[in-house]
Amino acid sequence: MTKLINGTTRRGALKTLAGAAAGATALPLWARYAQASSSEPIKIGFQQHSTGIGAAYGRWYGRTTDAAVKLINEGGGINGRMIELIAEDDGTDPKRGAEVVEKFATQHNCDVGFGTLFSHVVIGSSPRAGELKLPYFVVSEGHHVASGMLNRYTLQPGITDVKSQVQAMAPYVSENLGKKVTMIFPDFAFGHDHRDFFSAAIEAQGGEVLEKIAIPPTETSFTKYFPQIPRETEVLYHVMVGPAVLTFVKELGEFFGPSSPAIFGFIDSLEAVDIASPGLEFLEGTYFWEGNPRYAQADQTEHDKFFRAAVGVDDNGASVSDPTDVSTYAHMFGCWETLHIIKAGMEASGYQGTGDRAKLIEAVEAMTDMPESQAHPQGAKVFNGKTHQVFGHQYISRVEEGKLVRVHTTSIEDTLYPDEVDYTTQPL
Amino acid sequence: MEFGPHLLLATLEGAVTAAVLALTAVGLSLVFGVMRVVNIAHGEFYMLGAVIAWYVAHMMGGHPALGFFAALVLAPLLVGAIAVLADITILKRLDYDPERTIVATIGLLYIIQQLTLMTYGPEARPVEAPFNTRIALPWFEWGEDGFQFYYPWGLSTTSYKLAVIGAAAAVLLGVWAMMARTKIGLLMRATQADRDMALAFGIPVERVYALVFGIGAALAALGAVLIVPIQQAHYLMGADPLLLAFIVVIIGGLGSLPGTVLAALFIGLSDGIISVFFSPTLAKILATLLVGLVLVWRPQGLFGTRTA
Repeated sequence: MTKLINGTTRRGALKTLAGAAAGATALPLWARYAQASSSEPIKIGFQQHSTGIGAAYGRWYGRTTDAAVKLINEGGGINGRMIELIAEDDGTDPKRGAEVVEKFATQHNCDVGFGTLFSHVVIGSSPRAGELKLPYFVVSEGHHVASGMLNRYTLQPGITDVKSQVQAMAPYVSENLGKKVTMIFPDFAFGHDHRDFFSAAIEAQGGEVLEKIAIPPTETSFTKYFPQIPRETEVLYHVMVGPAVLTFVKELGEFFGPSSPAIFGFIDSLEAVDIASPGLEFLEGTYFWEGNPRYAQADQTEHDKFFRAAVGVDDNGASVSDPTDVSTYAHMFGCWETLHIIKAGMEASGYQGTGDRAKLIEAVEAMTDMPESQAHPQGAKVFNGKTHQVFGHQYISRVEEGKLVRVHTTSIEDTLYPDEVDYTTQPL
Repeated sequence: MEFGPHLLLATLEGAVTAAVLALTAVGLSLVFGVMRVVNIAHGEFYMLGAVIAWYVAHMMGGHPALGFFAALVLAPLLVGAIAVLADITILKRLDYDPERTIVATIGLLYIIQQLTLMTYGPEARPVEAPFNTRIALPWFEWGEDGFQFYYPWGLSTTSYKLAVIGAAAAVLLGVWAMMARTKIGLLMRATQADRDMALAFGIPVERVYALVFGIGAALAALGAVLIVPIQQAHYLMGADPLLLAFIVVIIGGLGSLPGTVLAALFIGLSDGIISVFFSPTLAKILATLLVGLVLVWRPQGLFGTRTA
């Protein structure tokens, strides 16, 4: 039964609502936020790999980003304005990526674009971001930002690049594991960065790369590639991505059996995969690069503890609600840190709206030291405004009793290399 | 690695591919042969088999063999049931019209794939093999001491991979026996030969169609359950098997079971061997080139019979 109180009828209420809505639509855009720009949200376009080969990363990038946005909004937002996150799936596809960037700039009227991981998608999307003058904050690891391949509107302030990572690994590998290395890597930009920069770095250490084995990123069966590994290999260096990574590592173990060389891998080969999965027992005693230690270490910082709790990750690097749902812990901190840098940049430049995008770029370019803090839980970093690339500590972990235990932390100096570009000379 | 051991390894890897490919392709070929339906969603039935295998194995707990064998029975049954349902609700309503069923199965492909992404998620999840021992394989050489065996580095397979080859062969024999020796096989062959005549003789053609579509999907699912301890269950895993199955079926002759099995062996083995010695891309190029040549010179396939 519907009771009529004070003559309010359903029809009457609808009329009033419709009138109000029509009135609001008729107002000029600025008048809806008449009490000054302070209540209009800051729109951050989140280019997410929700589907395609990057989907496992996309899911965790999403959770980390949501947690960071929640934290920033609870702390009063950016310049007193809330962040509104607009997530769009790019299918881990470069063509779709460029369209998503375009949607952010023209359709959603986003202040910035953010969050892309896979290097081919970054390379496909970045030119469009530059043309549309949309600040584009990638969380990709690829060397394409610092190499000068992209443009002034593309920045990578929240995660280090492959060149600095592998350069910092080479001394440890050659001193502790061996000097004759065979590399296995995915056959696209990210893998080629590994191939080129590690080969150069290990040669600088007096070592050599015996064989370079490139595997198509969509491959599902790997044993057929392994006979190319030369017998005299002392260290096997592996880095794989995509949904078949577990097959890759398992077949590697089955191929070698009991007589394997030392194995050094990038954790990318096992991101979102449980180290305790059946068939991975042979990894015991092998080494991994980690961007951020997946397992809570004995000397865990309060910031790492806070970050884990905020995102919902337990001490084993898995979701607190489902221990089989393993995170992409070595990479996803980059989303958290990048969002905090966007906030710092907008606050430093007094960012008001899309007209201030150039000021935001200049404010981020002016950043240098980023001390370890709640905003930077992975560790201290140094940003290079000319190359748009951040530099930071790298971690090497060893598998001990089925867990990754950190055995080495590089200095930031270990990861530096001469500038290859000065984006600040490009017009804004 | 030396040439001999290398070739043996490549052949073994190729044989595993061929075994699973044969199951998938026979399912596709059966559906086309009897129903004249080109099932684009076939790869998704394969994927569903793997995903259901993961769910079953995950829920069973206990010894890995328990979950695996439960999945081996349940996954094909469930996928078969889903396919029967799809046949009754979709394909039947389209009167099995060749063009419209293609569009309908493309739709089915996306529905199954995206529903899996929404429920099962984007991860690749493993199912533990019921048994999996690494078997180092010996090789021989004529040395100074005459003929002798030795174990080359990396020349190995696993007991499970060998079992996959055996199981696939057994299932294929079963399919052949069903088609050639049972009443239901007879009904299928009659329907394949002449649908209207079969109908006139009182064969329940619609039920035969539903059953065939179910069996075709169940064979794909069975192939997936066998492969899932080697690879992992992932929502995009259906694309490659679909492409390869089409290649195999076209080369072997649509609707010809022996042709399909032989073509699967040929494509699987050549894929293994060519990708080891040259490159995986070349293997795909050659397979696709072969499809082109077959379509030009022998459109009914190597073993197909020319339709009047």
